Amino acid sequence: MNYSPIRQKYLKQLSGKTLFLQGDAALGYGAIYAGCDFFAGYPITPASEIAELLALEMPKVDGYCIQMEDEIASIASVIGAVWAGGKGMTATSGPGFSLMQECVGYAVMTETPCVIIDVQRSGPSTGQATKPAQGDIMQARWGTHGDHEIIALAPNSVQECLSLIIECFNLAEKYRTPVILLTDGEIGHLREKIVMPDPDDIRLMSRRFANKGEVIFGGKLIPPMIEYGKGTFSHVTGSTHKESGMRDVQTQSVHEKLITRIYAKIDKNREKIIRVEKDFIPDAEYAVVAYGATSRPAKGAVIKARKAKKKIDFLRLITIWPFPRNEIRELGKRVKKIFIPEMNLGQISREIERFVHCEVVPISKIGGIAHSIDEIYEAINE
Amino acid sequence: MKKKHPLVKYLREEMLPTVFCPGCGGGTVLNVYAHAINELGIDPATIVSVTGIGCSSWIPSPYYKTDTLHVLHGRAIAFATGVKIKKPDLKVIVIAGDGDIAAIGGNHLIHAARRNIDLTVFLINNSIYAMTGGQVAPSTPQGVPTTTTPYGNPEPNFDFTQLAIAAGACYAARWTTYHVFHLLKSMKKAIIKKGFSFIEIISQCPVSYGKMVGMRTASDFLRLYKETSVNVKKAALMKEEELENKIIIGEFVDKEREEFTEALRNINKRLSPEVA
Amino acid sequence: MIIPSKDFKPDKKAKFFEVTIDEDFCKGCSICTDFCPKSVFESSDRINPRGYYQPIIKAEEKCSGCKLCELLCPELAIVIEEKQQ
Repeated sequence: MNYSPIRQKYLKQLSGKTLFLQGDAALGYGAIYAGCDFFAGYPITPASEIAELLALEMPKVDGYCIQMEDEIASIASVIGAVWAGGKGMTATSGPGFSLMQECVGYAVMTETPCVIIDVQRSGPSTGQATKPAQGDIMQARWGTHGDHEIIALAPNSVQECLSLIIECFNLAEKYRTPVILLTDGEIGHLREKIVMPDPDDIRLMSRRFANKGEVIFGGKLIPPMIEYGKGTFSHVTGSTHKESGMRDVQTQSVHEKLITRIYAKIDKNREKIIRVEKDFIPDAEYAVVAYGATSRPAKGAVIKARKAKKKIDFLRLITIWPFPRNEIRELGKRVKKIFIPEMNLGQISREIERFVHCEVVPISKIGGIAHSIDEIYEAINE
Repeated sequence: MKKKHPLVKYLREEMLPTVFCPGCGGGTVLNVYAHAINELGIDPATIVSVTGIGCSSWIPSPYYKTDTLHVLHGRAIAFATGVKIKKPDLKVIVIAGDGDIAAIGGNHLIHAARRNIDLTVFLINNSIYAMTGGQVAPSTPQGVPTTTTPYGNPEPNFDFTQLAIAAGACYAARWTTYHVFHLLKSMKKAIIKKGFSFIEIISQCPVSYGKMVGMRTASDFLRLYKETSVNVKKAALMKEEELENKIIIGEFVDKEREEFTEALRNINKRLSPEVA
Repeated sequence: MIIPSKDFKPDKKAKFFEVTIDEDFCKGCSICTDFCPKSVFESSDRINPRGYYQPIIKAEEKCSGCKLCELLCPELAIVIEEKQQ
């Protein structure tokens, strides 16, 4: 069984219920379904509701939800709790995500499985605090310094918020990496119908612990973890370290081996990690690629265009990072033009350009108001 | 003739001798800590050492034979909070320097003390940022030249123990690396005390700080500590002018109040009888 | 008045201690030499395997077993053990 008896009982009571929830609330419930037992956060619009829901519900399943003094302390305590054997998550928005970057790097370097929710809002800086945007895409990829890979997923509905957060936790455990859930204020504050799943239908990835004598920072592509209190005398450091965990910053080969292995964990498993939603039609001339909140009006525009006899492919990115380059390459060979509506000045369109020879047309809209179907349709028609 | 120190069993022997400069007070703290764990009879498997970045953070990492979490500069207390909440039965000890805990990490220090989370924090105060070569720290006395205050430090320094007390620490003490027997007793008390326990350990840095003030040997510092230390109980009866340039040592606070992880567990117990 | 009776015989079991310094660990910081209350240690010109001037044990018989050096030594190089007579 996936869950402790108290959590199983709690989730069974929710099972099958149809609720009308915000995306933030769905993320919170999803974390409970995923087995999360430690949440630390700091209030920030539009992510505060995640903490508020978990503050109410986590203690009911014998978990902990605490408000720390800042975002850095939030993610730091999550990482500490994970090494002590917990499943940890934090949630924030752009400004808090900026503060957390050093700790994201620490989680990458120490291969700590944890989940970070970024409910994106209009930036840079304080920006339009209460308005949605998709401006943190590149920050999720490169926000922390140094060479690293990262996994980031983007839901586009309240129901998907719940299912994707469970997938985030599973990916984190499977690849021993921090995973980012990139949503935005639009989905976060949107209220929609959601059907709560049966806990018996949920498949959870369990953490693999090291046997005696097994190293936890090498030996395999994805090494096992440890849990404090079991006499492991482990040594976890953000400095470059050997397979045993002991620091060695002088030997060039130690650093190269460590960083390339951490990179390879995700890079070599792209096919297993990447998920997209393809809606391709034969003889397509154009394509629309979208993700997150914009994928909804984008799909609407595609449907409208197809009704007007336009041959348009539609690709929704569910995994943002690692970037679905093979799927984009395949699409680039099929069509003359790829349109990419984004609530930023072209962060994914830039990434698409790298992998295709056809024309890439960003349909950018910033200022906190989501694209409408007509806006995207008109841009496609030009 | 060579005899192995009986307490090296509490250390990662393969990493010895230490990387500390000759005479570094950090080594003395390492020594006293090993004695404390030995005399308390604590199983090192039940200890988690959390440390930051700096010369003082190199005391537990890599020398302590415990589960060691060596984190980012200034954030040791924040990471330790997560460890302690998840595993309240383990002893979580934070050892780091003055810049780490009270400059960049100052916010985490005051909130952990306010919450009264059961952590043991040893702040090693060597008056300088030693590892990076001798920059000014919030512990550097006013007027002292450092690499980033070549014309003399324009700022006064902190009283870290008073900071911890004002933030709500249940146990707060200050000792020096000369007063090793008092420090040993105090460390033992701090480790087993339930609640936020804080010890400021004034420690010599004959290399990075010593060269700024013209004291190049460890013994110079230890003599200074011996001569200028005043016990807190005696200091309470002295006038302010008499206490100038004195180091006030001793146990300042030793009290009890509700501990944070216990308060959290009580909430869970209230909601679900099966947890209780 | 605290004075012994006429037939008082003092307990002559004096304690002796063995003092050793691990020269592979010692960094010649001289804390032991400067702070031993009985002046058991002395500086020397001998260079130890780590390249430092090695403090030597001048008067082991004077050691009172206070263990201040054992506790102060930053390298845990000094071991004080009671000699079993």
